[in-house]
Amino acid sequence: MTARQKSASPPSNAKARKNSLPGPDDIHREVLSNGVIVLTRPNFDSPSVSVNGYLFAGSLTDPDEKLGLSDFTAAALMRGTHKRSFDAIYNELESVGASIGFDSLTHTTSYGGRCLVEDLGLVLELLAEILQYPTFPDTEVEKLRAQLLTGLAIRAQDTGDMASLTFDKIIFDGHPYARPGDGYPETIQAITRDDLVDFHRRYYGTKGMVIAVVGAVEPAKVVAEVERTLGAWKSADQQEPPGLPSHKPLTKTVQEHYKIAGKSQSDLVIGVVGPKRKDPEYMATSLGNSILGQFGLMGRIGDVVREKSGLAYYAHSSLSPGIGPGAWEVNAGVNPTNVKKATDLIVKELDRFVKRGVTAEELADNQANYIGRLPLSLESNGGVAGALINIERYDLGLDYYRRYADLVKSVNRDEILKVAKKYISPDKLAIAVAGP
Amino acid sequence: MIKGFKETTLSNGLKVMLKEIHTAPLISSWIWYRVGSRDEVTGKTGISHWTEHMQFKGTKKFPASILDKSISRDGGTWNAFTYLDWTTYYETMPADKIDLALRLESDRMMNSAFNEKEVNSERTVIISEREGHENEPLFKLSEAVQQAAFRVHPYHHEVIGDMADLRSMDRSDLYNHYRSYYVPNNAVLAVAGDFETASMLKRVRGLFGRIPAGDTPKRLTRVEPEQNGEIRLTVEGPGETTFLEVVYRVPPASHPDFFHLFVLDSLLAGPSNLNMFGGGISNKTSRLYRALVDQEYAVSISGGAAATVDPYLYSFTITVHPNRKPEETLAALDNEIQKVQDELVSEQEVARAIKQARAIFAYGSENITNQGFWLGYAEMFANYHWFQSFLRNLAKVTTRDVQRVARQYFQSSSRVVGIYLPEGKTN
Repeated sequence: MTARQKSASPPSNAKARKNSLPGPDDIHREVLSNGVIVLTRPNFDSPSVSVNGYLFAGSLTDPDEKLGLSDFTAAALMRGTHKRSFDAIYNELESVGASIGFDSLTHTTSYGGRCLVEDLGLVLELLAEILQYPTFPDTEVEKLRAQLLTGLAIRAQDTGDMASLTFDKIIFDGHPYARPGDGYPETIQAITRDDLVDFHRRYYGTKGMVIAVVGAVEPAKVVAEVERTLGAWKSADQQEPPGLPSHKPLTKTVQEHYKIAGKSQSDLVIGVVGPKRKDPEYMATSLGNSILGQFGLMGRIGDVVREKSGLAYYAHSSLSPGIGPGAWEVNAGVNPTNVKKATDLIVKELDRFVKRGVTAEELADNQANYIGRLPLSLESNGGVAGALINIERYDLGLDYYRRYADLVKSVNRDEILKVAKKYISPDKLAIAVAGP
Repeated sequence: MIKGFKETTLSNGLKVMLKEIHTAPLISSWIWYRVGSRDEVTGKTGISHWTEHMQFKGTKKFPASILDKSISRDGGTWNAFTYLDWTTYYETMPADKIDLALRLESDRMMNSAFNEKEVNSERTVIISEREGHENEPLFKLSEAVQQAAFRVHPYHHEVIGDMADLRSMDRSDLYNHYRSYYVPNNAVLAVAGDFETASMLKRVRGLFGRIPAGDTPKRLTRVEPEQNGEIRLTVEGPGETTFLEVVYRVPPASHPDFFHLFVLDSLLAGPSNLNMFGGGISNKTSRLYRALVDQEYAVSISGGAAATVDPYLYSFTITVHPNRKPEETLAALDNEIQKVQDELVSEQEVARAIKQARAIFAYGSENITNQGFWLGYAEMFANYHWFQSFLRNLAKVTTRDVQRVARQYFQSSSRVVGIYLPEGKTN
């Protein structure tokens, strides 16, 4: 299927719950005695349940020569436990149409699951077993290694992946964020089964662990089920997550080209280091980014690169703030002969953004968009679970989504101009290209 | 909870499907046209998809710049898709803002400008879209396989079209295509969400009722002759990874065997997710994962059939294990296919496939956009009843049915085997 985008008085008679946004009166938060933080919000309109969460094990602690260790560990968790083989774990899950998955990030490993409501107990039991008692069987580790290596071979041919990887190396030069969490072929080869066991022992534990459950279940039942399955987990050896060094800002524009022969399109990433999620200027930066490269058919960048010049099918900007600072970047896929033309247009747009900021109309449009689209992002159980995780990870407060409209409305044009100038210097950009 | 459902046809032939859902203050509106890449002749491939792009370039009443901003400002999301048999446009909006979407769709059913300058700037956007696809080994492979499978039937080309045609088509080609196919009697309007049926229907009549009917366009139908003998092809390109695509000819979605094949697919390759929104589940205990991935013939395997109007393809897509030759992996696949043809599967496996489908449908039902999608999508190849009775029909499938369809359709003499051979791989 091929799509357009990678992405009056109405006849409505709104009968849906007026206040569909989560808030302190319908989010239940409880901390178990071993430290596990449980968040839950019931939704009796749905026959299914979403389970999401994270714990503090991430690629930040990977040694350079074993980069990919956290990722490998997360991928190997479901390959067998003290009670069940890989096949037996998946047989339990797939037989009832349920799922569990893990994903290693820089600071944390996140997990997610989904099932019909009658199978919630089973999913929580399996999740607890996988987290506490993985056995990393040798044969399974070797099978997985071959799969990871194939993934890296495919990555090496992906212009989008390689442009991003090259970009991160430039903006985070000398900082752990410069490293790809899935490692390199030689570092994946260097990881042993003992490394996985050791990584799991050191970093998997209940300190700081969060679990959010959303679906047709009463909060008391959720807490009791999490207590039953995860309440007895003692993780005395769990190490504190490491601190984060600061990064060196660029002193001039740095451009690098990663060659991949035989491709008909090049990927282009241009950008800088942006804020952390908890920085007070987050909302102003987010709205500024939306105007720059998100709103409608991808904001000003989409308008200039795609609509006016016809240079690319996709051209947009994004912000990825987390526990630490994240990239603020523009991405576009262009014909290899148009790389220079597209780069010039994008840099010119960034320059205009930093010099003149945004218009009152643009800001009003984007504020309306942020507020208006909130119910859509929270319609599914997974969407609400993600929101609860967000609240916990960044200390946003249980009333965050109820205050959200006011937070969005409070941003003014001066603040956006200020963050634009603070983060973006058009003569100190990272420019990464991957393609022929 | 889910209440009213209404299906009616306006006097100009527009079919209207309405479904009230009051779980969230949202409404999703979809307009479907019976036109897709299978309606394109040589020289005009890709015209349906390009037309879809042009529908975002504005009308007199809704110029492009205003159009896009209005939907976004109101917190809506919108997009469009073109496939083999159909083209569709949707907007999901806060319930009190849906009128904008309805006004827009009624307007652009006949008033789009197709400005010459816009046609040319969109030409390079679509060429860029195709170049992005061509970066992917699996696109190149599947394009070659599809073309080998259909010599006569217009399912033979990719929806995006051939580069030669993208370079040569002009404004009049596109505009004529638009005016021929975008008529109310060739469309279905489906709206799902937080509204009251009587007032929604009144509004829909007011906006769409006066659009004049046109000649009902004839669909291009050239029946594919029988294939006599397996076709094998190779595609070479950059990389280190070998991929395999194996396709079999299967009946259209409206055929009763589609359900039997759905269960067979679930057993072999894991349950397919027919939802457009709302994820699926893993396939690690499917027969082929166990036999191919677990036994290290492959690194990944997936399979599935699209719901189409005319007979199309069931396809397996396999990433070959780096230590294997594609012929070894293919032999392992054949061995498993032989097993389902020779031995009855267990009743348990069939029951499991049904439970998996039930779960996937439940996940999809959380999403208003997905519910709106199904209302019209099912009409494109069967009717909404097909969707409503899907699980009931699945429940009737027996182990003998599964064996029969495996024997009937998974014949090597009527399949196409495509191999992507990486140039960087040293054997």
